[in-house]
Amino acid sequence: MLVIKDLHAKIDDKEILRGINLEIKPGEVHAIMGPNGSGKSTLSSVLAGNEKFEVNEGSVSFNGKDLLDLAPEDRAREGLFLSFQYPVEIPGVSMVNFMRTAVNEHRKYREEEPYSASEFLKLMREKKKLVEIDSNLTNRSVNEGFSGGEKKKNEIFQMAMLEPKLAILDETDSGLDIDALRVVANGVNKLKSPERSTIVITHYQRLLDHIVPDYVHVLYKGRIVKSAGKELALELEEKGYDWIKKEFED
Amino acid sequence: MNKTCRIVNLQEEYSQLYQEHRSMIEDGAPEKMNALRAKAFETFIEKGIPSNKVEAYKYTNLQPYFKGTLDIAFSKEAALNGSSDKFHCSVPELDTHNVFLINGWFAHLEDAHQLPEGVVVGSIREKALEHPEVFEKYYGQNLGDDNDAMAAMNTAFAQDGAFVYVPKGVVVNKPIQLVNIMTGENDRLVFQRNLIVVEDNAQLKVMLCDHTISPQKFVINNLTEVFANENSVFDVYNIQNQHNLTTQVSGMYVHQKKYSNILTNNLTLHSGVTRNNIRVTMDDENCESHVYGLYLSDKNQHVDNYSFIDHAKPHCQSFELFKGVMDDSASAAFTGRVLVRPDAQQTNAYQSNNNLLLTQNAKINSKPQLEIYADDVKCSHGATVGQLDDDAMFYLKARGINENEGRILLMFAFAYEVIEKIRVEPLKENIRSLVEKRFRGEFDKCDSCVVCGHQGASVSCL
Ligand SMILES: Nc1ncnc2c1ncn2[C@@H]1O[C@H](COP(=O)(O)OP(=O)(O)O)[C@@H](O)[C@H]1O
Ligand SMILES: [Mg+2]
Repeated sequence: MLVIKDLHAKIDDKEILRGINLEIKPGEVHAIMGPNGSGKSTLSSVLAGNEKFEVNEGSVSFNGKDLLDLAPEDRAREGLFLSFQYPVEIPGVSMVNFMRTAVNEHRKYREEEPYSASEFLKLMREKKKLVEIDSNLTNRSVNEGFSGGEKKKNEIFQMAMLEPKLAILDETDSGLDIDALRVVANGVNKLKSPERSTIVITHYQRLLDHIVPDYVHVLYKGRIVKSAGKELALELEEKGYDWIKKEFED
Repeated sequence: MNKTCRIVNLQEEYSQLYQEHRSMIEDGAPEKMNALRAKAFETFIEKGIPSNKVEAYKYTNLQPYFKGTLDIAFSKEAALNGSSDKFHCSVPELDTHNVFLINGWFAHLEDAHQLPEGVVVGSIREKALEHPEVFEKYYGQNLGDDNDAMAAMNTAFAQDGAFVYVPKGVVVNKPIQLVNIMTGENDRLVFQRNLIVVEDNAQLKVMLCDHTISPQKFVINNLTEVFANENSVFDVYNIQNQHNLTTQVSGMYVHQKKYSNILTNNLTLHSGVTRNNIRVTMDDENCESHVYGLYLSDKNQHVDNYSFIDHAKPHCQSFELFKGVMDDSASAAFTGRVLVRPDAQQTNAYQSNNNLLLTQNAKINSKPQLEIYADDVKCSHGATVGQLDDDAMFYLKARGINENEGRILLMFAFAYEVIEKIRVEPLKENIRSLVEKRFRGEFDKCDSCVVCGHQGASVSCL
């Protein structure tokens, strides 16, 4: 599904990703962990197509297509979804209008008829139930005045609406209370299928109790320095990153 | 008759035009209208069409636009010039009382019998004769002491326009829509003068809708005087939708009495050169005014909103919000003059002007001008200029929305705040979709009236 080879990316001549290699197969869940500033969000942004970052080396193929060659909106339409670490507030753009535009752009891309207003609202109702999002939130402007937890739930709601093939959850669990965490995890698990894959970026084991990873990777200074099974997450929770840093420096 | 006039040197020809046609200008017009002409003419000739050397017109030099070979109608027959005076409103959800004017002259009122008892709507020159006590009490009384040259020009030359009178305690539920249609085979100079009186405890909503249905150059000087008396509620929505060869100087002079609540909203959706002079005089205690504007411009369009809120008495509140989106090489200006006179304690005056520039070449000059002579007041003002938010744009793209759709969503989001201030629900809906169409580039100002859907002559879009 996703094959990243020797990916380098920089901003303002500062190299942040320094040769990432990663392969994700359909149905797999990969966790990416690592200390702050190691480049996890940069990797997500680069995959989603944020032009702030310049890719200066490497390749990414997504379901056989050259991902780096696609415009950000086409990556989304091809089935890549990023749950933002910091979702953006857009006053004046209603959630309904935003989601209707997004869903219909996806449909157009697949050469399907756009949803009528009533079909769309029905879909919205279903998905709202699925992720247990408050109706009030979808009547407001995109993320405007949402609490941290509400913003994260809203990301999961959007994911449910767009049904991506690959979802990247960038610290979707940070700052969530137990309840919200359960909602987020349920949202992800309900969408799980043999074709869909997930990258979970997190600092904590607790989300991984709900979304069980097949692989855990540690990203440090722009490189994946360690990969193992789900037991690695437990070990990191216990021992922190120092031993990995040490191993890496040596 | 239509007089064709070649204007090269401005004052010289305008002076001659006035003097040579004085008897025609005065013919059949109400006495009071004629009585004010001489002095207004003097002021106009002395000051002339403002260039950008005049401080208040610093960002809009009107002189070139008032030159050229222009037709001027000195009678109703000439103004209507064979145009049918029957127009039709085809947007059912916008239930309004419709008044049609052609080239500034009253042409037709639809369904006059549906107006509430006592409400008078019609031609200013005709209704003034039927209601001399109202006309003489109010006409020309609210132009302030600033002696604006364009207001003076209007007073000197205008012969017709609309008259609306709402008696005490009467609530007019349906908005009154004054549709002014600009048409003709030659370039044209149009004057229009409206007088609106809303008596104590009365309520009125008015829509002004000016549009061009032939491709000629139009130069418009219109002026509306409004008197919102005690405890009245008055709204005016000025929907400006003309082709690029139009120059419009539009005056809105509102006078308020105790506990009145007024709203003006200048929605400049499409136009060549627009100058709006908005003056609100809060001449009594406990008045509230809402002064709004939205300007969307592209190509070489230019919009200049000059607002002047005169807090003359204590305990009044004013809320001003102007927002603009400028594309291509469009330019805009905003002046927000707020005068708090020594008497006007406990004034609240809020003003903001926000602008979105879509290109490097688009320009805005924004100037707050606060003159505060009382000490117990709350005044605030703020002006912003920005571009589309990159982070918001990326967020939209990351959900599969392309650049163009994203731009439309974000531009609309920016404009939305002003649209939300519209207090006529169906109009709000209508403006929402027009603004969206405008941003989509699907807005065809040549084919139909934005509000009533009236089909214009098939002309090429300019
Ligand atoms: N917009 C930016 N401009 C400059 N430096 C940035 C920018 N975004 C991230 N960085 C830098 O890139 C590095 C990695 O950041 P990030 O990807 O956010 O890390 P993580 O998500 O792993 O905490 C950090 O050193 C950070 O300061
Ligand atoms: Mg991060």
